[in-house]
Amino acid sequence: MDQFLTFGIVGLSTAAIYAVIGSGLVLTYTTTGVFNFAHGAAGMLSAFMYWQLTVGWGWPVPVALVVVLLVLAPGFGLLVERFVLRPVQALGEAERLVMTVALLSGLIAAARWIWDPNVARPLPMFFADRKPFHLGPAVITWHQAITMAVAVAVAIGLRILLYRTRAGAEMRAAVDDRALVGLTGADPVRAGRVSWILGTQLAAIGGILIAPTVTLDAAQLSLLIVSAYTAAVFGRLRSLPLTFLGAVVVGCMESYLTGYLPQNDYLPGLRLAAPALLLFLALLVFPHRRLRGRERRLARVPVPSARGTLVFAAVVITFGAVLASLLGEADLITYGAIFSLGVVALSYVPLAGYAGQVSLCQLSMAGIGAVVWGHLGAHGQLWALAAAILVSAAAGALVALPALRLSGVYLALGTAAFAVILDRWIFTIPAFHVLGLRIALFDQGSVDISGPHLFGLRLDSGRQLMVFAAVCLALASIGVAALRRSRFGRRLIALRDSEAAYATLGGNLLVAKVAVFALASGIAGLGGALYGMQQRTVTADQFSLIAGLPIFLVAVVGGLGAVGNGLFAGTAFVGPTNALIAVAPGTANLVALLPGLAGVGLGHNPDGIVSRFRRQWEPLARDRIALPALLCVLALAWALRFGDVINDWTYYGGSLLLAIALRSWADARQTAPAEPEIPVEWWGLRREWRPEDEEVLARGVAAG
Amino acid sequence: MSALLELRGIRAAHERITVLHGVDLDVAAGQVVALLGPNGAGKTTTLRVAAGVHPVESGQLVLGGRDMTGADPRDLARAGVCLIPEGRGVFPNLSVRDNLLMMTFTGRGREEIEEIAFARFPVLARRAGQAAGTLSGGEQQMLALARGLATDPAVLLLDELSMGLAPLVVGRLYEQVGEIARQGVAVLVVEQFAAAVLDICDHAAVLVRGRVERQGHPDGGLRAELSALYLGSST
Repeated sequence: MDQFLTFGIVGLSTAAIYAVIGSGLVLTYTTTGVFNFAHGAAGMLSAFMYWQLTVGWGWPVPVALVVVLLVLAPGFGLLVERFVLRPVQALGEAERLVMTVALLSGLIAAARWIWDPNVARPLPMFFADRKPFHLGPAVITWHQAITMAVAVAVAIGLRILLYRTRAGAEMRAAVDDRALVGLTGADPVRAGRVSWILGTQLAAIGGILIAPTVTLDAAQLSLLIVSAYTAAVFGRLRSLPLTFLGAVVVGCMESYLTGYLPQNDYLPGLRLAAPALLLFLALLVFPHRRLRGRERRLARVPVPSARGTLVFAAVVITFGAVLASLLGEADLITYGAIFSLGVVALSYVPLAGYAGQVSLCQLSMAGIGAVVWGHLGAHGQLWALAAAILVSAAAGALVALPALRLSGVYLALGTAAFAVILDRWIFTIPAFHVLGLRIALFDQGSVDISGPHLFGLRLDSGRQLMVFAAVCLALASIGVAALRRSRFGRRLIALRDSEAAYATLGGNLLVAKVAVFALASGIAGLGGALYGMQQRTVTADQFSLIAGLPIFLVAVVGGLGAVGNGLFAGTAFVGPTNALIAVAPGTANLVALLPGLAGVGLGHNPDGIVSRFRRQWEPLARDRIALPALLCVLALAWALRFGDVINDWTYYGGSLLLAIALRSWADARQTAPAEPEIPVEWWGLRREWRPEDEEVLARGVAAG
Repeated sequence: MSALLELRGIRAAHERITVLHGVDLDVAAGQVVALLGPNGAGKTTTLRVAAGVHPVESGQLVLGGRDMTGADPRDLARAGVCLIPEGRGVFPNLSVRDNLLMMTFTGRGREEIEEIAFARFPVLARRAGQAAGTLSGGEQQMLALARGLATDPAVLLLDELSMGLAPLVVGRLYEQVGEIARQGVAVLVVEQFAAAVLDICDHAAVLVRGRVERQGHPDGGLRAELSALYLGSST
């Protein structure tokens, strides 16, 4: 009984922290309509700041608290509101979601950059030297008591603010109808600012309270938020009392699992994954109101031509072959990921681009593919690759079933929870036997992965594997392009545009969603297997939720509807970061920030970079002089580099410069004579009305 | 009688398409002016310009002798312009009481506003704790109109008050509008149901393709011309 009480008190004090963080999440969601994935990261950053001020620089605790909670946290909230969210306020929900995911990924990278993750940073508890209270047989430390008191104060304060003051009414009104808020003499921007400030402060309070009880680690602290998400989902993202109730459930459950879970090899991970599991269940069980802010500006999904796709596939393979011929063995492993992770990124195109299903667990699916290939394909049999794809597809279908009920933010949350369950529990399970079959995952460590057998050839060198991955990416791109042109592809886009309309036209939502999830996961699984082959050994960490976020971000920045996204995302994710590290080795942590920053750039280019690239390079590809000239010079340069006449920098830099120069030349040649065709009805609107237009029209009417 | 709200040569555009080509309109205190015209004539845009929601390309917006061209909707609201937009000018997820709380920006207390609103529309008192989105259409318009009463505006701009409402309810709402005007408020009404509003207005202007084609007393002459103006044949 004593033990039960003790664990209960630990649970309640953890619950208090989750409640504070979760209520901040609910506050920003109900008042700005943005579900902030980076909420926990803000708390994490505050905890680090607080450590820096108190332990690092030796400031007194009260001063540090005031600085963090009243200066830094509000300042950070304002910055986020101004530079991250206001630019995408007018865009759809997916874009806003991506911005906060970018922020999460960027903040973790920033924290690791500033505070070396290899140094332990203990934080003392509040009033650690005071004698704890005794409540019957149970003991309550001052830290626990303060935590619970803070949670109660936050609950009361928020209730009063939101439902008793005009500022609170303004904040809630701003979500309902921003324009109308202006008409009632209030400032919608101010309401948004106030809620970002308050939300960040609440995250900071939570971060500072929880940091002394856990290790100060950027990713760990940011993901503690999963428990707070669970609490917020209990409150269906709007009810504060239910959020508090949810926090108590999560906190106590974690605490009692620590106390009473039987100790064996399979279950410790369950305790870590429990909040995510509960989040997944809560998402499924609770009825959700239709999400707010359905005003989506749906991007057009370009239809690639068959010829264009083949040319693109040829470019991918050539690029792979050129890189394979020039890079050294170590570089081959590093840059080989361009194609394998490119395949993983490509899996977002049918799933998120066509069907509009935002999933954050694609890299986890890749992990499943890698593991299956690693165990079954140890001798390189090709059927094992098919098996890897099929098992990943099955896992994807498994996610799709619950996802049927979810959309938008809830779907993203559900898939993130799934990824966390895999990270913390499933991937950590040792090998076990089912029906006499030995099933092994990461074997609590790493898995060795070998290359495939192809036409009697064992592909094992980095060179061969890079070309193999490039060929796979090319084939997968052709497949996705064919999907876009097919009946099923059109169905998926119809599904994205309106699920209701799709169903009323006789479409089967279940089949379509399961199929697209399975397809995308299969592609991701293939990518994972390829990635594993190149890396030779993989660990579960390489396929975690946090590792997958940057790939998702780069894919979104590339433009989810474009088939070329696989190559783009792979290149943009792998290329610049590693090249920068090669140039300046000290920047290793800094470059991890790049994908986060790229996400922030989304506000300026919502249609994606790939389609813009295409528009910019099209004149060159169609030019009869410039294109052959470019190809000849590139081939010559390659030969020179291959023969070691010129060095790497001259080759890559020279090729790039030449391509850009020829592009502008082709551009100039093309735009000079041709004037864009403007339909008659737009004369005088899209271009100036000319005196001769009237006569042209009159003649046209007379002739017609 | 000097005008409280004056629009002088207002030109405004939706992106690159000009929809108002120099609109001149005066509304005096205590006067109800009806702005009529076919679909797409620019009536709603005119109201939105007057409330500062829509930007002006050229021309002047004068309020009580002060040039307010280019002012924020918020500043215009504080200066006494009250626009009840098309559809429902209420916050659907806020309770009736919170909607009324949003009207306290002119300095009136919450109790006073509730008193004014509930005295005029007793049904709202019974629904005070309910989310505004769950009220009937007529009740929502009453709540929206309560803003026109409780904030003591100088100028009241009404856009399609009748939309989606039963004729009986429309009649009752316009009675209230007449009463508001008698307290010295300048009222500018946009309405598709010309007949409903011609009975209560003192002055009517007909907007066709972004220009005021005809204005004057809503007597038989204007009524007779109305259909011709709506249908676009020359008179």
